[in-house]
Amino acid sequence: MSWSREEMLRRAAAEIRPGTIVNLGIGMPTEVANEIVSSANVMLQSENGLLGMGPFPYDDEVDPLLVNAGKQTVTVVPGASTFDSAMSFAMIRGGHVDLAILGGLEVAVNGDLANWTVPGKLITGMGGAMDLAAGARRLLVMQSHASKDGKPKLVAKLTLPLTALACVDRVITELGVFDPAGERFQCVERAPGVTEERVRALTGAPVDF
Amino acid sequence: MTASGPVTPSPKAAGATGKVYPTAEAALADLLHDELRLMSGGFGLCGIPEACIDEIARRAPRELTVISNNCGNQGQGLAVLLQRKLVRAVICSYVGGNPDLAEQYLAGTVRVELSPQGTFAERIRAGGAGLGGFFTPTGAGTIVAEGKETRVIDGQQQVFETPLRAELAIVRAQVADGFGNARFHRTARNFSPLMATAATVTVLEVDDLVEVGALDPDDVHLPGLFVDRIVHVPRHRDVIEHRTTRTRSPA
Repeated sequence: MSWSREEMLRRAAAEIRPGTIVNLGIGMPTEVANEIVSSANVMLQSENGLLGMGPFPYDDEVDPLLVNAGKQTVTVVPGASTFDSAMSFAMIRGGHVDLAILGGLEVAVNGDLANWTVPGKLITGMGGAMDLAAGARRLLVMQSHASKDGKPKLVAKLTLPLTALACVDRVITELGVFDPAGERFQCVERAPGVTEERVRALTGAPVDF
Repeated sequence: MTASGPVTPSPKAAGATGKVYPTAEAALADLLHDELRLMSGGFGLCGIPEACIDEIARRAPRELTVISNNCGNQGQGLAVLLQRKLVRAVICSYVGGNPDLAEQYLAGTVRVELSPQGTFAERIRAGGAGLGGFFTPTGAGTIVAEGKETRVIDGQQQVFETPLRAELAIVRAQVADGFGNARFHRTARNFSPLMATAATVTVLEVDDLVEVGALDPDDVHLPGLFVDRIVHVPRHRDVIEHRTTRTRSPA
């Protein structure tokens, strides 16, 4: 047993405190938006220059000049603002974004994150990932716990190129919730039916429960 | 540099008239040459100066250095310049979804300098603001920091980044007056007002051209002194990369 994609998304949404500013990375983190209740008054920041991002538009309200960082058409919520890219990253680097949720490839026990490139694969560029990882006040990473052949992605030391040093506060995988705690991972929560033995077997560093 | 005698007015300060050109062809006529260092606004295909890009593709200057966040996408926008093999180097933050760039990068015919997006924006801002660079925590310990000066500031490792400038910036705004005061629409603003400050010559392509005075000063996103030439382009293709919508629940 482990969490489904939807359960991971819901668990990630539970990390979002009411009234905060949140940046959701491209891919799975973007889908966390669907799990945030509107009464939470969360303002979503999109690094291409938007604070107060709303849901996808209805067919008759599509604006080609209103997109998120994944270049998907979006809307604005009441109270939204738009700005240039320097202002946007001043928000991010300056620690004004309360939480960023990013996809991950590897997280190390000391909080180092690798999520932008895999050697030998086609380079796509880091986009805003390095700035978000280095700048957000709190960083949550969503990723699979191990590769399909069982190679751990929560590790003692990164094997993939670094995105940012000691930046990850919490990781959500299909097996549970884990905090990098220096030389070990602290397991905050296990998905139903996931044993400590299974977590240990699939983690590349000591885990405390 | 301080001027001691009479100063020739900057072409940028020449007032409201004289900046508006009838076409992108006319606006760019004497500005394009081989080895041009070009900045182009836009995030992916959002907010790109289409008429200016079309004209550069038509004139086909070679060995271009292109400074733009994505250098086009999916064979459109600046990717057209790549397809015509006009580009020598690209400075950008993201090359995904751009097979033309990937192919030429792997073949070694185009040099790519990747800069993290916030660093990329700030380097352009620094270039336009007369700054010699800045330290940022972004990229510390990563390949981005290789060969760069680093310093520990407030207990945090930071990387020195240099300013970016260009000979020519092409940007697109929603509305502008004849002095070049411009307002952008939604997320089409992105890097455009920054790039307009960081080039020797800035050409602004605008959907709506209005009388000087029609824009409220408080609504100006880009003050006109940064704009040298203006082209009125009322219609843009505005290609959507990912058209995502939701459906109304039945009443």
